Order: sequence, then structure tokens, then C-alpha cells
Amino acid sequence: MRQLFRQMFRQGREISLAPNYILLILLVAFALGPLVVLGFNSVKDAASIGRNPLGPPTEFRWQNYPRAWDVGNFSTTTRNSLILVVGTVTGVLSLAGMAAYSLARLKLPGGGLLMLYLLVGSSLPVQLFLVPLFFLWRNLGLVNNLFGLIIIYIAVQSPFSIFLLRSYLVGLPSDFEDAARVDGANEWQVFTRVVLPLSWPAFLTVGLVVALAVWNEFLLATVFLTQQDLFTVVTSYYNFTSRFSRDWSLTSAAAVMMIAPILVVFLSLQRRFIAGLTQGGVKG
Amino acid sequence: MADIASASRTPTSVSGSRPTTRTWWQRNYRKVVVPWLFVLPIMLINIVVVIGPSVGAFYYSLTDWSGVGPAEFIGLKNFRNILFSDIDYRRAFLNNLSWLAFFLTVPFLVSLFAASMLARIRRGSMFIRTSLFIPYVLPAVITASIWRNLLSPTLGIGPLLANMGIPGLDKAFLGQPNTALVAIAFVDNWHFWGFLMVLFLAAMQNIPPELYEAARMDGATRWQEFRFITLPGIQPTIVFMLLIVSIWSFLVFDYIWILTQGGPAGASDVLGTLVYKQAFMRFEAGYASAIGLTMSFLAGLIIGLFQYLRRRGWEI
Repeated sequence: MRQLFRQMFRQGREISLAPNYILLILLVAFALGPLVVLGFNSVKDAASIGRNPLGPPTEFRWQNYPRAWDVGNFSTTTRNSLILVVGTVTGVLSLAGMAAYSLARLKLPGGGLLMLYLLVGSSLPVQLFLVPLFFLWRNLGLVNNLFGLIIIYIAVQSPFSIFLLRSYLVGLPSDFEDAARVDGANEWQVFTRVVLPLSWPAFLTVGLVVALAVWNEFLLATVFLTQQDLFTVVTSYYNFTSRFSRDWSLTSAAAVMMIAPILVVFLSLQRRFIAGLTQGGVKG
Repeated sequence: MADIASASRTPTSVSGSRPTTRTWWQRNYRKVVVPWLFVLPIMLINIVVVIGPSVGAFYYSLTDWSGVGPAEFIGLKNFRNILFSDIDYRRAFLNNLSWLAFFLTVPFLVSLFAASMLARIRRGSMFIRTSLFIPYVLPAVITASIWRNLLSPTLGIGPLLANMGIPGLDKAFLGQPNTALVAIAFVDNWHFWGFLMVLFLAAMQNIPPELYEAARMDGATRWQEFRFITLPGIQPTIVFMLLIVSIWSFLVFDYIWILTQGGPAGASDVLGTLVYKQAFMRFEAGYASAIGLTMSFLAGLIIGLFQYLRRRGWEI
């Protein structure tokens, strides 16, 4: 620690940065402190939370985790959330990828109009079409149906994905595609065999952003999945916290289990994540 | 290069000049049909999910409709209600405006401040950036539940501070009508401002460093550097985010619904929670559509305002 400080202040110029570090570390504490407290409380029992609600635990009650897993019905909700994430990501990547390819490479006649349409469509608030959509979906038997919600997620997530994929494909040299066409490949083969393997970084970025959005989504999941056995981790946690609002140890353990996969994926791929989220420019 | 590629791909240009027995389909297969086949699936989904119901919202906003059975056409009665007699709507609208005022100031000031601090340092900057961004990737239900505990009047931060001799913060901020909304905004901002900070930081790193060197040679203070180099340099990002945050302030739902459901007694209701309550709890789907339409109108108004200011020569 002392070594670090000595290094930090070795040069005269860096000394003037000490206030920067102090203020930034305070902000880091503000951002991470609540998560640390959450981690602490996830291994306390209810009585010790009452005595010591914010400090580190004196003994570790790991049983909170299996109990929260059972009580929170995590095996079902995780499965539901994973189905939604995988279904939506697959759908968005293939369908938005096709559209982006057509816009970037095939000189789609009326492409400018389509871009405008997507821009308008992506800025329409969910609350505008939510109510009629709900009753349409109910008539079609798609309420309380994971597939029905996947369709909605695909529609909502696709405009941003098309823009991002298209801008990546526009910047990609088309030599390989032309070579494949000369060899007699049709457009579908060019897309699946040449374009997809070359542009996987953009597809990965979009996939991550869409997966995070779907995993965390609340409003549509609440409205369209009202049956307990179809709850996602998020909507189930919402119900769970209203049922067990007094039992912090249980809700904290459940919360840690919910965010652990997000944090692992985020931290291991954070550059790509941050690039995708900031290009999306949308508040989540 | 793209032009050459497309030219080689489509050797037969307009085929109208020479007589042909091929059908329209065959003639336009490569140039029109295939490109549209690629966009057709996502367009169909988009029309069914977004465009169709959005158009439907216009119709249903003119009806009295419970969501089941036929909708009764009542003209502009819903909108007259909204404008002249619905107290809930008025309160929710004002809450949206307070929300707007909060989010156009607090997160922008904090994140500009933090980003300019962070832009100057090297060592540990990655760690700090990542840490500040982490709250943004958490689901709203988790953020809400963490802060509901931390803001608890008996077991949260407030009583801890009170024990240490700093009184006044051990209140049920989320449970009192006059503090509920600002408490929710505080929680949402905890989750949001790091995202803004990362955007501003990225924009700041695109400013050529020579500008700062020149300013330093001229003896500029830190504040002058910030005011005359950093701020103009990241202005497009700031303005774009002001636009996005303004639009979003009229559509907010998650945090308010999760933390208070608009309570206590409607004190923290916004238009987004009203739509939900009207449609799915009071079964006034027609009225809910009308409220949803006004929300879209407000969002559109913001976009229009920005365009107008840009036309008037504002550098935004």
C-alpha cells in the first residue's frame, strides 16, 4: 500500500492529483459500498442483521443461499430467464443481422426509408403500444407464453441492433464477399459463410447488450408473464421481496445469486459491454 | 469501392430498354427481391408488435374500453378528462417535470465532475471507471431492494449516522409523500450516473491533448481548461444525452413502480405508473391508451424543441 502511494506521488505533477484520487475513491465507495453491504447481509442471519445491519458479518451463514434458491424458486425462474435471453438474442442476431446485411451491402431499394422507419419505431415509447399490444397478445393466446414475450423483445431490441450491425458492416471490406460471389455463392451463402464469421465482434457486442437488457427487463415481463411458473428472475424477485420484505438475509442472498452471473460476464467482457451500451445510448 | 462491388454484382442494369420474356420477379430478383427478403422477417415482427398497436392506441384513446369486448367510441372525452378534470394526471405530470428537473441537473453535474477528475489520472483509472459503471448493469429490482434497506429508518444508513451524532437522516424517505419521489430519483441516479460518466469520459478522451498543452502554456487554470476546452469538446455528447434524458423522464416507470408503486397515496405517481394502473388494475384500457399517447406526445415535443433550437442557430 505504502509502495503504491510512493509510486503515485513520485513525480511532482502527480502530487497535484491527490484530490482527484480522494474524490474518485469516495465516488467508488458510493458505487460499490451498497454492493458490499449486500454481500455482508447475504451471509448473516436475521438476528445479526437487526444488531448490525451494515457491518461485516461475524459468522457466515452460507445456508441462506440454498434456502433463497428454494424459496425464490430460482430453478424455474432462471430457466425462464435463460429461455428469454437465448431466444431473444438468437432472434435479434439472425433477423437484425440479415436486415443490417441487406442495408449495408445489398443496396436495398428504399433502404433510407427503412432506416427512417426504424428510427421512428425505436423512439416510440413502450407505453404507447403497451396496452393495445397486451390485448392483441391476449387474443392471440401469447400472454403467459415465453415465446410471445420473445417476439416482443426481438421487436423492441432490433432497431438499435440493426443500426449497430449495419455501421459495422459498412466499415468491413467487401473483398471476401465479392470473391465468394464470383465463386457462385448466393446471397444467403455469402451472409452465413462469409459475413457472419468476419463480423462476430459486432454480433457479440449486440448479443451482450441484448442479453443484459432482457435479463434485467421489468415492465414487459411483469405485464406479459403473470403466471407464477413463468416468472423471470427479475419479476420473481420483485414478488419475493414484497413477500419477504422483513427477511433481509434471504432477499440479500437471492440478490447476490441474481447479479453474480451479470457481474462475471460484465467484468470478463467489459470493454465490449461498455462499447455496446454507450453506442446504444439508451437509458435502461 | 462499394460502388464497384455493386456494379459487378448487377451487370444487367435497367432491363426495360430491351424486350424480354422474363417476368418482373426474375428481372428484379437480385436487386429488389433478395434485399427485401432479408429485411422482411424483422419488419413483419416490428409491424405486428410496435407499429400496429401504436396505430391501435390512437383509435382506443378515443374509446371507452375495458380491454374485453367491444370498445365504445366516445370521441375526445378521454383527452378532455386528462386536460380538465383528472387530478391524478395533473399530479403525475408535475412529478414527471420534477423528475426531469432532477435528472437534467444532478447526474450531469456529478458525472461531469467525476469524468473530468478521472480524465486526468492514469494509474487505477480502469478500475475506477469499471467500478463506477457497475451499478448501471444491475437490474432495477436489485438496486431498489438494496436501497430500500439502506434507506430504512430503523436499520439503514440514517440511524447509523444518528448514532454517530448526525441526526435528521433516519426518516422513512420512501414512505413520506413529500420525500418519496426524490428518494426514488436518488436511487435511480445511483444506478444511472456512472453510465453518463463513462460516456463523458470517452468524449473527453477524444479531445486533442495539444489543446490542453497550449492552454497550460498560456497559464490557464484548471477551471479555465474545463470551461473553454473540455466543455466545448464534449458538447455534442452532453446535448445528445440531455435530449435522451429529457425524453426518458416522461417515460419513467421501473424504479417508481418497484419502490413505491406511485405511493404513498399517489404522491410519487408518474404518467408511466398511471398507464399501468389504468390499464391493468382499473381496466380502463381506452383511458390508459390516451395517457400513453400524451406521453409519446410529450416525448415528441422534446425532440421538436431540440430541432427548433438547432434551427434557430443554437449549437446543439
